[in-house]
Amino acid sequence: MSYVAIADRDHEQEHHDPQTFITKYIWSQDHKVIAVQYGITAVFVGLIALGLSAMMRLQLGFPDTFSFINPENYYQFITMHGMIMVIYLLTALFLGGFGNYLIPLMLGARDMVFPYMNMLSYWVYLLSVIILVISFFVPGGSTGAGWTLYPPQAIMQGTPGTDWGILLMLVSLAVFIVAFTMGGLNYVTTVLQARCRGMTLMRMPLSVWGIFIATVLGLLAFPALLVSAIMMLFDKTLMTSFFMPAISSMGEDPGYTGGSPILFQHLFWFFGHPEVYIVALPAFGIVSDLLSTHARKNIFGYRMMVWAIIAIGGLSFIVWAHHMYVSGMNPYFGFFFATTTLIIAVPTALKVYNWVLTLWEGNIHLRVPMLFAIGFVFTFIHGGLTGLFLGNVTIDLPLSDTYFVVAHFHMVMGVSPILVVFGAIYHWWPKITGRMYNETLGKWHFWMTFLGTYMIYLPMHYLGFQGVPRRYFAMGNTEFLPESAQTLNACITLSALFVAAAQILFFINVIWSLTRGPKADPNPWHATTLEWQTPDTPPKHGNWGHDLPVVYRWAYDYSVPGYPEDFIPQNVPPTEAPAGREHEGND
Amino acid sequence: MEIGLIALAIILATLLGWLLKQSFNTQPWVAEAVGDTAHHGPFGDAGNSRLIALVTFLAVVTSFFALILSAYALRMELGDWVPLTEPQLLWLNTGLLVLASTAFQWTRNGAVKGDASRLKPGLIATGLLTAGFVAGQLVAWQQLQASGQYLTSNPSTAFFYLLTGAHAVHILGGMYVWARATFRVFSGTAEGGPVRRSIELCTIYWHFLLLVWLVLFGFLLST
Repeated sequence: MSYVAIADRDHEQEHHDPQTFITKYIWSQDHKVIAVQYGITAVFVGLIALGLSAMMRLQLGFPDTFSFINPENYYQFITMHGMIMVIYLLTALFLGGFGNYLIPLMLGARDMVFPYMNMLSYWVYLLSVIILVISFFVPGGSTGAGWTLYPPQAIMQGTPGTDWGILLMLVSLAVFIVAFTMGGLNYVTTVLQARCRGMTLMRMPLSVWGIFIATVLGLLAFPALLVSAIMMLFDKTLMTSFFMPAISSMGEDPGYTGGSPILFQHLFWFFGHPEVYIVALPAFGIVSDLLSTHARKNIFGYRMMVWAIIAIGGLSFIVWAHHMYVSGMNPYFGFFFATTTLIIAVPTALKVYNWVLTLWEGNIHLRVPMLFAIGFVFTFIHGGLTGLFLGNVTIDLPLSDTYFVVAHFHMVMGVSPILVVFGAIYHWWPKITGRMYNETLGKWHFWMTFLGTYMIYLPMHYLGFQGVPRRYFAMGNTEFLPESAQTLNACITLSALFVAAAQILFFINVIWSLTRGPKADPNPWHATTLEWQTPDTPPKHGNWGHDLPVVYRWAYDYSVPGYPEDFIPQNVPPTEAPAGREHEGND
Repeated sequence: MEIGLIALAIILATLLGWLLKQSFNTQPWVAEAVGDTAHHGPFGDAGNSRLIALVTFLAVVTSFFALILSAYALRMELGDWVPLTEPQLLWLNTGLLVLASTAFQWTRNGAVKGDASRLKPGLIATGLLTAGFVAGQLVAWQQLQASGQYLTSNPSTAFFYLLTGAHAVHILGGMYVWARATFRVFSGTAEGGPVRRSIELCTIYWHFLLLVWLVLFGFLLST
């Protein structure tokens, strides 16, 4: 148990030893350091993707104004923005970042079960990010195939980046999947094996449940992306015809025979739809814990919440073709997928009701993390409701190629998870850094982001109903659109720039907190979960000092009657505090 | 996509059954002292963790191969598909892989019983048989190419090279772990426990890859 020795070692002593610095902060096997590494890398690429979206919005809001945006790089911006945000930011941040930080701490473990593989996971992820970033600078630039990389156009002449960009994109994805698999095996094994005494599965905080099931989804769904990436690499480099149909390119026959682009769509969305929930489930879990903690109430329907997460995870594998209604599929096929899509709304709606009921008559503290969590409930309901529109074949067909879809998925899968990301960062910031952030700045950050994103995406739904097509570099002669559509587009661009600029507040807050933020209380929110009960803040290597915690109760003993405090940490034995409740609801 | 879905359904049903067993009839809101149900502490049983990680990994690999087979089945329905005549050599290769798996099981049984005399011959035999399988697959590739069936000749040949190649890569990954265990046994640095665990896990992996190969081979023969 060498880690105990490290944990007990004097902190200052280590600082004089540069080799220790490298093993401690660079080649670290500590899950907390790896989590921060994942987080910083993900936020860094996320900023690139944010910049790309600003460029797209500039073109859409003010066409023919900016000479440095042409159709080719517009499509490159779209592609890289989507791919980075979905995979390299959200997936990496929720699982590599929060998964790494929270799983061992919330479960009372000293570290992940395989720390070395965990470290490897981060460095391989970094490699995939580097390959991705390199693709901006190769001849021809990054791929402009759209984030779904549909063949045949993804690898045909005429699409930007068909020389090197698409190759690097596919290789980067394959490398990312390797990194994710190494991390994922760790998360699953740690949840199953390394829980402390008394931490039964049904006492795990919902954050861990969300991350756990999302990891299972990722492990089973990412192979579909890997298979499609490998097969497309074959089509591109070795001239096989898995996906490539017999086609003529610029008057020449490139030599492909009867492959099926639809086959690629099936494989891609077999990954792509679970991917939505790989991002959403950790967000669901974290939001549940934030709402419960800051409303000082137990989460409403804990077991239902767990089973809803599991049900959503399972159902997410049989809805993929609702992304393909316009591919000319058999109507019975469409009917089946519309049905499963609407069924998945049931467990999702249960979760939303339970969040609202958790808030009901709660002692709500509107601190920054709580604002973001409640903000998520709003944006997620709006995004979810438009999902019910698009899940129906007959409504999807006319709307599929319009801004309505852009508005829908940004609301449900862009804004909502990002609000949770910020809520979670503010919530766990005092534990991660040992310092408090500036509450006022945080509130400004929330309100500008929350209202600003509504200013972006609500009008976008309206543009979609008018039939404004998505994916277009410029509208051209679209006479069915009133001129006001362009005015609205310009307003959306201004809102987008406003929201992007508002994120500066977050970084100012980070710098302020790290340099002059007041020292944080070990448990500033009076939370029950184990990560707030560590002997040190921030927790040292090994997390728990000499003795591991023992858990006696669930994570939601808030405002238990007959106890002077309004929270009972999970490691308080029933001899020292009320032995829980008689039933699950409110007292 | 049916094949992918069936494989997935089996994996998810296994997980679900296990979760049900864990969580049925619990009342998480009741606090109680930790009894027999208490879980082992962290690092309590590292070997068990490795087994769980391996089984999880096998689920990932199952998903991977099931999805390629799904693509195979979908692609087969299109007009340009010409069925492939598999080289007869594959039967011999299959035999070699069966023997390799058997040899590993024999070594493992010896290791579990504490019979160290089986380790060296068993590991060497396994290695040779497995290497023979991989070499045999390469020869089968050459036979196909000699008969003019290249990667780009037809989607059926493309899938053949893809499937056998992907399977061989997984075998080679296993060979890396086998080589480490063998090196430790021969250099005398092996301690009984870890090497035994390593051999046990390798045996599971070998059986799994044999199963995958039998499914792939059966699929190739029947199409």
